[in-house]
Amino acid sequence: MILVWLLITPALGAIAAWLLGARNPAWPRWVSLAAMAAEMGIAVYLGVRWGMLGLSPGGPWLEELNAPWIPQLGIGFHLALDGLSLLMVALTAFLGLLSIASSWNQIRERVGFFHFNLLWMLAGITGVFLAIDLILFYFFWEMMLVPSYLLFYWGHERRFQAAVKFFLFTQISGLLMLLAILGLYFAHGQATGVFTFDFQQLIGTRLPQPLALWLMLGFLAAFAVKLPVVPVHTWQPDAYVQSPTALTIILAGAMSKTGGYGLIRFLLPLFPSAAADFAIFALALAAASILYGALLAYGQRDLKRLLAYSSLGHMGFVLLGVFAATDLSLQGAVLFMLAHGVTTGSLFALLGALQERTGTREMGRLGGLWATVPRLGGVALLFALSAMGLPGLGNFVGEFLVLVGTFQVDVAMAVAAAAGIVASAIYALWFIQRTFQGPNERGWVLSDLLPREAAAMAASAAAIVWLGLYPQPVIDTFAQSLANLRQQVGPVDTGSVPDAVSHSASEGALIAPGLRLTGGAP
Amino acid sequence: MTPSDLVALSPYMVVAATAVVLMLMVAFHRSHAPAAILTGAGLTAAFGTLFAVHSSSPGRQVTSLLLVDDFALFFVGLILAAALAVLLLSYGYLRDRPGNREEYYLLILLAVLGGSVLAASTHFASLFLGLEILSISLYALIAYPRTLDEGIEAAIKYLVLSATSAAFLLFGMALIYSQLGTMRFSLIASTQSSGANPENLLVLAGSAMLFVGIGFKLSVVPFHMWAPDVYQGAPAPVAAFISTVSKGAIFAVLLRYFTVVDIRGYGSLYVMIAVVSFASMAAGNLLALLQDNVKRILAYSSIAHMGYLLVAFVAGGALGTTAVAIYLVAYFAATLAAFGVVVLISGPGEEVQEMDGYRGLFWRRPWLATVLTVALLSLAGIPLTAGFIGKLYLLAAGVGPALWALVLTLVVTSTIGLFYYLRVVTAMLSRPVEGPVEAHPPLSAPGAMALVALTIALFWLGIFPTPVIQILQDTVGRLTGLPLPTL
Repeated sequence: MILVWLLITPALGAIAAWLLGARNPAWPRWVSLAAMAAEMGIAVYLGVRWGMLGLSPGGPWLEELNAPWIPQLGIGFHLALDGLSLLMVALTAFLGLLSIASSWNQIRERVGFFHFNLLWMLAGITGVFLAIDLILFYFFWEMMLVPSYLLFYWGHERRFQAAVKFFLFTQISGLLMLLAILGLYFAHGQATGVFTFDFQQLIGTRLPQPLALWLMLGFLAAFAVKLPVVPVHTWQPDAYVQSPTALTIILAGAMSKTGGYGLIRFLLPLFPSAAADFAIFALALAAASILYGALLAYGQRDLKRLLAYSSLGHMGFVLLGVFAATDLSLQGAVLFMLAHGVTTGSLFALLGALQERTGTREMGRLGGLWATVPRLGGVALLFALSAMGLPGLGNFVGEFLVLVGTFQVDVAMAVAAAAGIVASAIYALWFIQRTFQGPNERGWVLSDLLPREAAAMAASAAAIVWLGLYPQPVIDTFAQSLANLRQQVGPVDTGSVPDAVSHSASEGALIAPGLRLTGGAP
Repeated sequence: MTPSDLVALSPYMVVAATAVVLMLMVAFHRSHAPAAILTGAGLTAAFGTLFAVHSSSPGRQVTSLLLVDDFALFFVGLILAAALAVLLLSYGYLRDRPGNREEYYLLILLAVLGGSVLAASTHFASLFLGLEILSISLYALIAYPRTLDEGIEAAIKYLVLSATSAAFLLFGMALIYSQLGTMRFSLIASTQSSGANPENLLVLAGSAMLFVGIGFKLSVVPFHMWAPDVYQGAPAPVAAFISTVSKGAIFAVLLRYFTVVDIRGYGSLYVMIAVVSFASMAAGNLLALLQDNVKRILAYSSIAHMGYLLVAFVAGGALGTTAVAIYLVAYFAATLAAFGVVVLISGPGEEVQEMDGYRGLFWRRPWLATVLTVALLSLAGIPLTAGFIGKLYLLAAGVGPALWALVLTLVVTSTIGLFYYLRVVTAMLSRPVEGPVEAHPPLSAPGAMALVALTIALFWLGIFPTPVIQILQDTVGRLTGLPLPTL
């Protein structure tokens, strides 16, 4: 039942915010803040409760709820929570708080409706992290889409084009996933006589070869668009740039993680051998994203666009970690998703604050801001350092584990990805230098971080330092989820690895892709 | 004719009797409210008799013309409910406009009767009779506000094309009769299957012409030309009636005929329907993108929806038929709600049809804008609304027999479809056009009631669809004895 509360809390907050917004524009902000704080409270409660029990429930899930929804088609209202989903839900709640705080003064128009959409979207994202029935999963996957489209209303100059592009990509790819879900449903039903959308029953469905690949690609389309990954990333820079700050935070911080989560939770267990066969292509796409994102981030004058491309590059690491599919790389991918969510969310919040104060996102028009906003500059430096992978901050641990894990499988891709890290260091420092250092030629005199903003940033900074210095408790939280994953994937990979090896040997490279969940955990 | 036959026919008799009483009432004393109340009472009473018929005589063949089974009862119920919603919407609409109003209700009752006959017909004679009763009432309804040129133009267009399609239909029936010597669906099926030559060219041609005639009424591509103009010219409640009751009734007869007479027998007909479905999805959605008139958008979207429905129809089987029924319910509710908003935001003057009239509606009339948004999102198949469940069923029905080409078309075109639905939503969200702010026409209470009920239905079906699906599986899904299709 507590899982339902995780969904109801933001949904009720959304409705209350809309209704109260007509009376007083201040209320929606407080209501939303309270709702997301409550959400965070539930997540922390769950973490503490299961943490004290040593995270060892009877089954694979910490909490589970299974009720029939449309029994005629075998669709259940099946929610389940394990360590992985718990962390993702907590990240969503955290970013929700951050986005509400950062839009406190930026949104002055139709405040109630804005917060309705924001919270509705958060409810959808939370649902994605909890749903275990595939149709329910798709339900939430789609539910977050319309509010996010509507949130572009509060965005910038070319918001409409950006919103449409975003919508097209996500909608088509989502429907492809739905087709794949249905295909899987019928294949499973035909093989076993049980027509169900329940993920746990669908694991281990034996699929004929071309079908398995097509179904896997259907899922991959949806997840790759959300991450995003080259070549389906073209919606992302525009959407990030044109969206209002709160939406950018959620898009980059939380919504992109639904893609990574989907890969780990659904794609690998459902299509282990197809994923192994496709791994070489996915790793190449991941490396391409990393390099391409870093390269394009250089060329940007617009701060938000720079960050958008940097985010594209970073999400390549998630794809890399997932398809390298070693213990280490998967751990790294999950850890990196968390760290990236906090880092990028905070950076976008800072850019929003900066744009609110200066009215521009152009790097050329800024410069020398450190003198007038030292606190903002300091925090920005911290997160920029985290984004470039400085040891001791959250992103480093994730990137490192992904690279180490990938190295065991595919040296070339690991090397390419490592080159991307070097590149990211350059543009991150460049961003700090152009914006905060040098002479203040335009004579900016700005107000520094307000207590509200400072509090939000302090929380993010604490999270990122914690993830960087002592990630073990977090790793322990999701370790069981990955162990379950290994169990689900394990039996099938023996059949697929020789195939993959011969495939790579013919190319004469030191590549042995495949879904080998081997390698010792730290 | 036995007493139990009369019981089986009671919904029909109630509607017909109401029409007669109303006609007599109008002859003696014209009065708007009593006429509307009488019509509403008649429709409600007819709806009530459905349950009695269901429990007393399931699946009764009344003469060779009508089969009053659960399938028919479901469609009659759907038609009656939709007509009731149209009635509630029409009341305020007619009250605000000059002219005689009472005959409007008479025509609605007759059209409902025609549609109900179609739902139960098992014979070419009843098919044609039902269709003509429905169509002739519609000609008059479309031209009802006699002072408006657009209405007359639309009615003439509909009349001409409808007559043409009726000619096709009759010719098709004649061809089939000439070869098989019967007009009863069941006998056509058995004669055909026992016949030496299953690929009888004339029967095939007849069936194709039959489909052409039906296709005109469904406004599927390439027989769709009339829809946008008629929707635009007809009074908004009548347009709602055409796109729901009329199309729903025709779909019922299409389902029954081509399920009883298995279309898989003729490969080429099967392919033709698939092509029509593809073309309707593509053309409907693409052409809707170019429109600035909300009623025309709804017309093209309805063309596309008929294409979606044909996907499930082509898929066939119990799942396909159930999917058609579920989708029709969702489509009915959403279309009625969307047209309802068009009716209610229009004052006594001209209808608000152009997109500019919807600009900023969210901030002028938030509740109506919310209802329209919900209706459009349901048509687009967004979760939490009935349309999502409908689309899920359609896709499931299509994926089952692996109709990948049609299913992929559905996916791509319905994404295009989202575009124009969202265009309307975006317009409602944007700032209003500068200029003098007109006073809102007062909200008609019956119309508002209908909208509230429809919105609740849209959400209810989207969140707790199980009971309705169960009913549909037990009524419509039983039409075919085929098991669930497999991949």
